[in-house]
Amino acid sequence: MPETHAALAHQFEDLTQQHDAATLGMWIFLVTEVMFFGGLFAGYTMYRAEYPAAFAAGSRLCEVALGASNTLILITSSLTMALAVSGAQRGRRRLTLVFLGLTMTLGALFLGVKFLEYFHKFQEHLIPGPNFGYTGLSARQVELFICFYFGLTGLHALHMIIGLGVVTVMIVLTWRGRFSSAHYAPIEVAGLYWHFVDIVWIFLFPLLYLVDLHR
Amino acid sequence: MSAHTLSLRTYLGVFATLAVLTAATTLVAYIDLGFFNVVVALTIAVSKALLVVLFFMHLARARHRTQVVAGAGILWLLILITFTVSDVLTRNWIPQPAGW
Repeated sequence: MPETHAALAHQFEDLTQQHDAATLGMWIFLVTEVMFFGGLFAGYTMYRAEYPAAFAAGSRLCEVALGASNTLILITSSLTMALAVSGAQRGRRRLTLVFLGLTMTLGALFLGVKFLEYFHKFQEHLIPGPNFGYTGLSARQVELFICFYFGLTGLHALHMIIGLGVVTVMIVLTWRGRFSSAHYAPIEVAGLYWHFVDIVWIFLFPLLYLVDLHR
Repeated sequence: MSAHTLSLRTYLGVFATLAVLTAATTLVAYIDLGFFNVVVALTIAVSKALLVVLFFMHLARARHRTQVVAGAGILWLLILITFTVSDVLTRNWIPQPAGW
């Protein structure tokens, strides 16, 4: 008889199979997320090819120092998330909790910096709409770039907020001792999601902030 | 399940490489390379994404069917972007006859 485990759902042979099914399911979900963001990236590519000068001008409105700091914050949070998963793999409960906590702190810091950037955009009247304050050449096309800026970073921030919720649940479950080196699939799956959101930002940073700095 | 336990050194090495590449992509953006600015930016971004996918997301040591699923995602993304761009960038190559 195979060993039975409280976390083993009845449709699975053993925890290994259950773990594989969970990670495969998460990867399939992430592929749908790739297509979701992919459509927006394709739209961005189209309009950047159409209005290269306006996209360059729009990109210069972004705050590179804040964007670069946020990139570093996010890849650091990916490291702490990877170490949290690694801790869970080895059944190190306290270590997992510390790294999950660090991941949440860095995620919240990212959102704080993002809020600061949005606040500056509000102050400078760089919000798409009737009171859009940009007065340079091809203002309508610059406004389009800013629409992409808010659309892409806003959806990314929404994913970050969901990620923070997921990590909070993982902290509670780890705290209650639900995981072990034999059963840690939820943390692994939460990690996959967190790293995916990091990858989206890895592409957003050069495409929004670094279009045209050399002029 | 323990098949994809990576060492602390691997994680730290990947993180250091990601940090260096972030600095590199930011600094290169200040140099005028013409069209190659976007090429360099995307090459660095793809390299960083691969590092995250292969090591942090354990795809390098994942089961083959998981690798196929992840690969399919990239394939469909490339189809989406290639076909969109090949349409948009090749419009008006041939003058349209009057009355269209």
